[in-house]
Amino acid sequence: MVAKDDKVFKALADASRRDLLDRLRKKNGQTLGELCERHDMSRQAVTKHLVLLEEANLVVTAKRGREKLHYLNPVPINEIYMRWIGKFERKQVQALHNLKQVLQEKDHD
Amino acid sequence: MTNARPDFVYTTYIKTTPEKLWGAITNPEFSRQYWGGHENVSDWKKGSDWKHADSKKGGDVRIIGKVLESNPPKRLVLTWADPSDTADESRVTFEIDNAGDMVRLNVIHGSFKPGSIMADKVVLGWPLVLSSLKSFLETGKAIDVMGVKAALNQSCDGEAAA
Repeated sequence: MVAKDDKVFKALADASRRDLLDRLRKKNGQTLGELCERHDMSRQAVTKHLVLLEEANLVVTAKRGREKLHYLNPVPINEIYMRWIGKFERKQVQALHNLKQVLQEKDHD
Repeated sequence: MTNARPDFVYTTYIKTTPEKLWGAITNPEFSRQYWGGHENVSDWKKGSDWKHADSKKGGDVRIIGKVLESNPPKRLVLTWADPSDTADESRVTFEIDNAGDMVRLNVIHGSFKPGSIMADKVVLGWPLVLSSLKSFLETGKAIDVMGVKAALNQSCDGEAAA
């Protein structure tokens, strides 16, 4: 179990991999080719990152015909959230998050 | 349709057996314990109706559909729609496989109709329900799914997954 958590944190401890997760969140179910577009990394580097994300169960793949599609799997992140944010803190944490969002939006104006 | 891209694929690994996991999804007594009081009800035969109802609110029906495929304890395919908007129908597939000493559960929610609002409703709910299901099967303790949803929904419209 410890090893599994380690994989999640290691996978998240890299800006390129977080960027890949961000891009899947915006558009789920992308092929390797799509994920390589508009990305400064080589195809090999993206593949390597995707393998680590898959091993951490943060990305899951599904075959559709000849294509292999990549999906963001948020379940391990949800488990991290459940582990450290107590039942009674969630509302407060969410309220702070909302406040931060609102304030940051104002800054942009 | 078979080549349509599923919009969400969720995977979790659970220390249990495929039979127990199948029961946790299909048995109302089980499902209500980790799904915030909501239960899945059907005879789970191909072609039958199924419903997802809130046992705490007098059986208020939240989701309805048909059983498209039923192959216990491996694979269950359902249609999924809000009873007040049945035109906005999507499809949920549960895949259960052995993975070493764990069981892998894939939940694929897809085939959303153009303009569907269901995807937005379920995006927060599935990871919560699956974490709760895992915790329930492994430790006997579920997560207060509805409590967490209520907290998260302060920033979101929609009542989230069923």
